[in-house]
Amino acid sequence: MSALRVTAALSAALLMGCLLEGCASGPRTVKAASLKPDKDRHVAPDFALKDADGRTVHLAEYKGKVVLLDFWATWCGPCRVEIPWFIDIERKNKDKGFAVLGVSMDENGWEDVKPFLAEMKVNYRVVIGDDSTTEAYGGVESLPTTFLIDRQGKIAAIHLGLDAGRKEFEDGIQELLQETPGTHVTTIPGGVPVAAVAPKQ
Amino acid sequence: MLLLSLAGCLSLLWPQSNSERVTVGQPRKVVGKRNDPVETRIPVAILEGYHVNSNTPSEEYLIPLKVTWTSLGALEGGQVTFPKPEKLTVGDIPLSVFTGNIDLKVSFKVSAKAAAGPGIASGKLGYQACNNKACFPPKTVEISVPYQVQ
Repeated sequence: MSALRVTAALSAALLMGCLLEGCASGPRTVKAASLKPDKDRHVAPDFALKDADGRTVHLAEYKGKVVLLDFWATWCGPCRVEIPWFIDIERKNKDKGFAVLGVSMDENGWEDVKPFLAEMKVNYRVVIGDDSTTEAYGGVESLPTTFLIDRQGKIAAIHLGLDAGRKEFEDGIQELLQETPGTHVTTIPGGVPVAAVAPKQ
Repeated sequence: MLLLSLAGCLSLLWPQSNSERVTVGQPRKVVGKRNDPVETRIPVAILEGYHVNSNTPSEEYLIPLKVTWTSLGALEGGQVTFPKPEKLTVGDIPLSVFTGNIDLKVSFKVSAKAAAGPGIASGKLGYQACNNKACFPPKTVEISVPYQVQ
């Protein structure tokens, strides 16, 4: 076998190894298969809703942060499964440019929600949602419905019900936190991370 | 455009989102004389793959299956006997639920002052449905019980 053939074979093996396992020389990239590529992301509709202290919360305030926007209700069992995850994810990532924002769809509003927040020791901001908010988000009908919003204020993932486990949320959030403005890591079939330049808006 | 895109995404992810998850059938006509105790059954169908909380949910925060009478006409009472609920666990949460087709037994008494003739007792069935991954906002379904006072 000639030196040229050996070199070619080694190169091919290295490339295949990189494709299958990721190249170990660079920093490890967290991959979340559920994130949309940048071209498919749409701006998350803004809203103005009151928090527990009566302050108006605009989603636009969160631009520059990765946001987990969770539509939920106190009467929703699956929501109660996720909320402890979100409490922990908020605690671990709040200093990294991340925030959880809960939108309660309880008809009785704070009367039901405030005791729940105290009981569960919810450490993130919660607002009371309304029909116009759910309509703006495509008619949120089932709860929980959770949106992951990137630093540019675009919806990068939608999770309906308990279709995602805690790890999927964590991976998606870590990937979004690693994105830099104008570029993001996307995933091609086979799970290989590829840096992509976002189209200018 | 954005709304359409979002709505499209949600409908693709949740194809049954517009289905009625609970329907109420026609109860058998109640027939009786003044002061007679009478009863009927309200057939309730819960869509396959879904459940509703029973009349006695496992947790205080869960919304029970409940019948509320808005107009009894010549009937009195309207006490509902629910079937035995099933046990179901979602996440780590044990639930008391109904699934499939159930009958709600309703007991009335024909009023002592009822005029002879037909009528309709009206009410609402309140429920809150879920599947094993998500829940849907509480809803009500109309109930109509036809009766004949002899």
